[in-house]
Amino acid sequence: MERDTHFILGVYDDEDVLLHAVEKVRGSGVKIHEVYSPYPVHGLEHVLGYKRSKLPIAAFLFGMLGTSLALTMQLYMMKFDWPMIIGGKDFAAFPDFVPVSFEMTVLLAAFGMVGVFLITSNLKPWAQPRIFDVRSTDDKHIMAIDLANNSSVDLDKITEILNESGATEVNKKSFE
Amino acid sequence: MQVTSSVRQPLVTGGKTYHDVTHDVCRHVEAKPTKLWYMAFLTAVSVFGLGSIAILATLWEGIGMWGLNKTVGWAWDITNFVWWVGIGHAGTLISAVLLLFRQKWRTSINRAAEAMTIFAVICAAMFPVIHMGRPWLGAYWALPLPNTYGSLWVNFNSPLLWDVFAISTYFSVSLVFWYIGLIPDFATIRDRATGLRKIIYGALSMGWDGAAKTWMRYESVSLILAGLATPLVLSVHTIVSFDFATSVIPGWHTTIFPPYFVAGAIFSGFAMVLTLMIITRKVYKLEDYITIGHIELMNIVIIITGSIVGIAYITEFFIAWYSGVEAEQYAFINRATGPYWWAYWSMMTCNVISPQLFWIKKIRTSIVATFALSIVVNIGMWFERFVIIVTSLHRDYLPSSWAMFYPTWADVGVYLFTFGLFFTAFFLFAKFFPVINMAEVKSVLKSSSEKAHK
Repeated sequence: MERDTHFILGVYDDEDVLLHAVEKVRGSGVKIHEVYSPYPVHGLEHVLGYKRSKLPIAAFLFGMLGTSLALTMQLYMMKFDWPMIIGGKDFAAFPDFVPVSFEMTVLLAAFGMVGVFLITSNLKPWAQPRIFDVRSTDDKHIMAIDLANNSSVDLDKITEILNESGATEVNKKSFE
Repeated sequence: MQVTSSVRQPLVTGGKTYHDVTHDVCRHVEAKPTKLWYMAFLTAVSVFGLGSIAILATLWEGIGMWGLNKTVGWAWDITNFVWWVGIGHAGTLISAVLLLFRQKWRTSINRAAEAMTIFAVICAAMFPVIHMGRPWLGAYWALPLPNTYGSLWVNFNSPLLWDVFAISTYFSVSLVFWYIGLIPDFATIRDRATGLRKIIYGALSMGWDGAAKTWMRYESVSLILAGLATPLVLSVHTIVSFDFATSVIPGWHTTIFPPYFVAGAIFSGFAMVLTLMIITRKVYKLEDYITIGHIELMNIVIIITGSIVGIAYITEFFIAWYSGVEAEQYAFINRATGPYWWAYWSMMTCNVISPQLFWIKKIRTSIVATFALSIVVNIGMWFERFVIIVTSLHRDYLPSSWAMFYPTWADVGVYLFTFGLFFTAFFLFAKFFPVINMAEVKSVLKSSSEKAHK
């Protein structure tokens, strides 16, 4: 797939102005490619219309996997493979299996979820991100609008909408 | 950019803008190391090096290098282990429990506290590993690998094995939690840097671009990690306390141990966070981020947990008397009046009496007093573990076996080694990593204000 190359950027310096701006821009029929922020802006995902993340489900499934693996492992080792009498306890001493099962649940849930997060968000040490504006990791919110996706709207019109919505700057950015 | 509210005290003072936050934190990463830093770092590395001699001697000669005897088979090693694990409780508590309780003041201190947690847990893990005597065979005793050194498998009925799982899970989950929080800040450093630094921090930031979708997932991950880490923090010291509580030694065989150990861990962890943060804020001039307000709030946590610990000490004593079990009664009377009375009363003074001074507002908002008391608390918490472990063991069932514990140079050296390790790691962290979570501080910069919502 060929990457889109020509963008127009709205630069915002306030999170509340940004939230209203996203609503206005989307309301006027312009499709927003993505918004880049230096910190999480609460409510931004709602105005951008993103669906809730499914990561909690991944965490739950990995957690269940951890519990089942831990219980199976302990039961197999202690009761079936090599049963030994320890302190007169039952071979399958379930109360004693609770701590390890709990820890393995947490371990697999955390690592599984974080793994899914890194993969879905394409985070890896050798990743080369497209930086629209370096200030987006410092103090500015950058709204990127893909021109290829908005061919029906006139370029000047987009600039006008961005300016009206409270952008402090409107810039163009092209990638090779 | 910062709008101050008339109702709430701002979390960050000095009218900082977003760019100021970036600059105030990043400049320490970007500047050349100062003389002060070199001196501190070299001191830490020297202590680390000196301590290594004790480690090598212990590995070469065996555990006989330590002052342990037939009666007192656990002493400084396990004391230090529990002490370090306890210190390692504040970081994840601050970032996980306070996140769930929406305590936004945590944002200025969570990064350094979590780093401290990770280094403290590494130090703690040193002790059981060395105590194995032959740690290169340790994997067979600690991990479920079939072997013929004892039983075929490890014993899942043993609290010592639960500890292996608890500590390693705690370490790895804390590390992941810490790293996820670091990614956006590494990206900030990357975008300010050129040359080699840009490549290194670029790799560390894993291509973070701050997209709204990624932030949404990031928030979701943080919340769930906090939800997972909260019971995890509580479980770790609970399981550490099981090492003692599930035994039949008078003085150890107590059902109160889990909550009492957890409170003690938070108590000592916050004390260590204060010790380190007071120095860091001074050296790095971060007084606007770690304010007197932060210090006061942490001191309040110290009063609460210190009081819980105090009540636990008294409850233990009462229950020992009330149980009518002579051995149990003797164990406690012996703690307070026996040959280790000085350790018991050091513990009582440092942990129960001294934190009560924080009821006075002048003391809990004084930096000098807080710094001094934070060190007192850490000494007290070391004595608490020493008292529990050594005084319960040194009067054996047969009076002919009664003994005392005297540490050797190797005991001292191994303890010093962990201090060297801890501070070497902490100084490296303070130099090369952003010591304050910039992204999270930025996200609370406006929120204590009504005027923000135009």
